[in-house]
Amino acid sequence: MIKLDNVTKIFNRGKANEIKAITNITLNIVEQDYLVIVGSNGSGKSTLLNLIAGSTLPSTGDIEINGHPVTHLHDYQRSRWIARVFQNPLSGTAPDLSILDNFRLAALRTKNKGFNIGTNINFKKQVQEKISILNMGLENKLEQPMGTLSGGQRQALTLLMSVMDECKVLLLDEPTAALDPRSAKLVMQTANRLINEFKLTAILITHNLKDAHAHGNRLIQMVEGEILQDYPNEKKLNLTQNDVFAWFS
Amino acid sequence: MDFYLTALLQGLCFSGIAFGIYISMKIFNIPDITTDGSYALGGIVTGVMLTHQYPLYVSIIVVLFAGALAGAITGLIHTKLKINALLAGILVMTALYSVNLTIAGRSNLPLIGTASVFTLFNLTGDVNLNTFWVLAVIVVILISFIGYLLKTDFGIAMRATGNSETMIRALGVNTDRMKIIGLALANALTALSGFLITQLQGFADINMGIGIIIIGLGSVIIGETLISWLRLTSVWGSLLLVLAGAVVFQLVLAVTLAMGVDANMLKLVTAVLVLLIVSLPRLSFIKHHD
Repeated sequence: MIKLDNVTKIFNRGKANEIKAITNITLNIVEQDYLVIVGSNGSGKSTLLNLIAGSTLPSTGDIEINGHPVTHLHDYQRSRWIARVFQNPLSGTAPDLSILDNFRLAALRTKNKGFNIGTNINFKKQVQEKISILNMGLENKLEQPMGTLSGGQRQALTLLMSVMDECKVLLLDEPTAALDPRSAKLVMQTANRLINEFKLTAILITHNLKDAHAHGNRLIQMVEGEILQDYPNEKKLNLTQNDVFAWFS
Repeated sequence: MDFYLTALLQGLCFSGIAFGIYISMKIFNIPDITTDGSYALGGIVTGVMLTHQYPLYVSIIVVLFAGALAGAITGLIHTKLKINALLAGILVMTALYSVNLTIAGRSNLPLIGTASVFTLFNLTGDVNLNTFWVLAVIVVILISFIGYLLKTDFGIAMRATGNSETMIRALGVNTDRMKIIGLALANALTALSGFLITQLQGFADINMGIGIIIIGLGSVIIGETLISWLRLTSVWGSLLLVLAGAVVFQLVLAVTLAMGVDANMLKLVTAVLVLLIVSLPRLSFIKHHD
């Protein structure tokens, strides 16, 4: 589903503050893989995710998504396949727009945003049904601005927004880092549920090693822009939480 | 009474600038000061077209297109060359002064015996009242158009571009393109104000745009203050209050002049007025919570 071939990313090339964020990474993520990436700050996890999403373009190497070469495509062009949840709950939603408007845009992620009014009664019903699975009582507050909701509610809604339109790949960039434990649990549960239900290929970046151990079917540890360890499902099942903790001590 | 009617007419003419600034500043979150240039451009193009006896409908299309082009250039400089929006606006505004002078051929174009949008239809014998009705029709068309646009899927994407750029890019919108379109739209509306004012005052002047942005800013800020007082979230309500802002602004200026303030002090009075409106919500905020 996602193929990275010898991808390198260098920031500020040729300057005194040159940083080699990603070095020669080759990675093949197959369909319906749920890949978890761990690594300390500055190990290149987020850059790797941004390279896949298209927020930054690689210095060298090739990237392929769903059989399409996407190396030179921008993030808004790769949204045909990719939905994202950001670390900052503010980044995944538009705070001054209503919940309904946010969902409308999400429902058009792979489509043209045209000149008709799409937020009609049918669409409202569709969103209400979607939101009601969260049991947060938000289904009757569709006109409320997104900014009035808590971080946990916004992350949960961002997750739901990702499956409003056809979605192949879900990128989760530390989605629970800014949340309290209870909201974090709910967000991870919702993520797992959607990944299973919609048969998504997913990548999760996390600093929470418990989550890293509990979720996904493949685990990668990154160090200084390279993949240090790669545990496919059968090997990951044999890992204990303490093994993972030991990587960081 | 006529005095206030004139102020009302001016306010309605300036609604284009007010909506333009509302779009660039409030919806796209871009401080665009191409306004001074695109307003004068609208006026000068109107003057040239009408004195050359082009029909009104051709003139208005050319005016809108000229304004849009000016805005699109600011947008291109801002997004493609990654230049600060303020500077991009200043550059285009400065360049437009020479462009306007070249188009006009001289610094002042009087409109004598030319077609006028205000005589398109005659409801009453009173010239001012008739002008009011024409402007009312134009403003209703403007509000309907902008209001509808902002409610469409495209319009929601516009609003999201200024609100959460990371989100809307992840949802498949080319934000650079969107900003260019937004600035083009804002400056087309500004040029429309130039089109109207030129016909209202009967001449186009190369200096008519100097400091005009304050009128747009003042109107939007009055509108915003009203919006937050009334806790409005609807698009239509916001547009109506921005229009109200444009009218109130002109009325307050008219009252100030009527009180005997020297006309030379008008710009100072305008600046102080805008300062007052901006600081008013903050001043009352302190009282409430201390």
